[in-house]
Amino acid sequence: MSQKLLDVLNESFGPAVLETHSEHGDETAVVHPDSWFKIAQFLRDDPRCDMQMMVDLCGVDFPNREPRFEVVMHLHSLRLGHRLRLKARVGSSDGEGAELDSVVRIWTGADWFERETYDLMGVMFKGHPDLRRILLYPEFVGHPLRKDYPADRIQPLVPFREGYEKLPPFDNTEGMSFGRQVFRSGKVD
Amino acid sequence: MEPIDQELDEGELELPSQPMMLNVGPSHPAMHGTIRIVMELSGESILKADVQIGYLHRGFEKMCERGNWTQVFPYVDRCNYASPMLNNVAFALAVEKLLDVTVPERCQYYRVILGELARISDHLTCTGAMSMELGAFTPLLWFMKGREMIYDIMEEETGARLTHSFGRVGGMAQPPTENFKPMVNAILPRIAAIIGEAEALLLQNRIFMDRLQGVGKISPEDAVALGWTGPCLRSTGVAYDVRKAHPYLVYDRFSFDVPVGEEGDNWDRFMVRLEEMRQSIRIIEQALEQMPDSGPINVDDPRIVLPDKNDVYTTIEGTIQHFKIVMEGIKVPAGEAYGYTEGGNGELGFYLVSDGSGTPYRVRIRPPCFAIMQGLGPLITGVMIPDVVPTFGSLNMIGGECDH
Repeated sequence: MSQKLLDVLNESFGPAVLETHSEHGDETAVVHPDSWFKIAQFLRDDPRCDMQMMVDLCGVDFPNREPRFEVVMHLHSLRLGHRLRLKARVGSSDGEGAELDSVVRIWTGADWFERETYDLMGVMFKGHPDLRRILLYPEFVGHPLRKDYPADRIQPLVPFREGYEKLPPFDNTEGMSFGRQVFRSGKVD
Repeated sequence: MEPIDQELDEGELELPSQPMMLNVGPSHPAMHGTIRIVMELSGESILKADVQIGYLHRGFEKMCERGNWTQVFPYVDRCNYASPMLNNVAFALAVEKLLDVTVPERCQYYRVILGELARISDHLTCTGAMSMELGAFTPLLWFMKGREMIYDIMEEETGARLTHSFGRVGGMAQPPTENFKPMVNAILPRIAAIIGEAEALLLQNRIFMDRLQGVGKISPEDAVALGWTGPCLRSTGVAYDVRKAHPYLVYDRFSFDVPVGEEGDNWDRFMVRLEEMRQSIRIIEQALEQMPDSGPINVDDPRIVLPDKNDVYTTIEGTIQHFKIVMEGIKVPAGEAYGYTEGGNGELGFYLVSDGSGTPYRVRIRPPCFAIMQGLGPLITGVMIPDVVPTFGSLNMIGGECDH
């Protein structure tokens, strides 16, 4: 269907495109992580590609491979109606050093998807404006979608957050009928 | 008589001049689904909003890696609990794409009809809940009456009202019941009437109109860049519907329109959903006419489909086949596929990676809600607090799907 797209990529980036294949009607291009951002930008801006929509971004863990993680992005062009799966392989087998350029500047919609991939898979995105956990809580230890994370692991109990992250109008008197007294004493900070 | 506040200093009565932080949710009547919004307020205007999700995260993707392919169906039910049947169909289609099989025609029509019924119930829930949050309680009850009819049919067909777990790889769990067609035919005009009646209550209501029109606007470019799909994208005027753009099942055989909005505000999102229900009714009517009354429901492949119960008990081949599928699971050839369908909220995709064993290596759900919810922050920045409620309602956040 969009074999043409793979040809365009091969032609424009040559050695940076490591591998291409078509399976079950889905075209896939594996690219070098260093060219991740450049190729993503090209795919959006080139009129032959015109991928205005980033559909999905996720990670897949292959613990026995080196590089260990595959970051998989699905792109879609509304005008031309074609799709492409873009992959990059990052990270060493111990799970360290998994880093990739963030594509939030290209598609604003990548924001939460990259946060999720960081949260669940532990892949860092360089240049992401606000890379913090999204589905899990800040005290969570580890990245649960990695294959070496046992599904039945019990997380340590989080101590009661004393004053931590409490918002100004809500102090220890939160929820009590006299709670708003804090305003009168001018303690708002 | 002395004034009451005589003893207070002037200075103590002044309101704080710094922006005030306000926390809404995760448990709040207007935040259906569990979501938390931390807002920075100046008076009643929102300067900054941080939308925090994840309160309903149940590790869907991790759980899927533990069982076999068929055992994923109960989990997908619980992703979008407003239209579970669409999720069932979407996941079944994705696995079938990986297996390179196509289900028989009768099953395709069956899936279309059940899926469109689920879409109607999804939109009824969303529009009903939205009008209720704006103070119009009667339309909600009207819409729930329609949803109840759909639930009755689902119960008759699948045995469950909400979590059907009815999809199977290579077919459906059961063939349609004898009375399937007359039952569906009987409720369609009644649902159309309900939509009309509820519409008459809402669409000329000044309060309702003022709170929706021109609130929560988004441009088509922004919506596409955010990855929006479904009714929310179509309300901005982009006519992208997976059923039209990339037809799956037998959607290319029906004539139906893709309703689009103009402004991309709450009103348009509301109206697009109302119109989509009518289009779904049109699709179901045509599908009922074209659906064959007899024929197989499951593909004829003993490696995928469970044998007839009678064969399991009487023949050794049937017993072995049953044992293999139940104990080892369906052997899906190694590879990867991305299956996408039009869910209740937009493009519902499943990216599947198989290593050739009976257990999924990776099941990735692409929830339409997730992309839509990340647009909530920008949408409510700069508006007043009361506008958060209709804007949030019109996006139709489904916690189970958003937090998977």
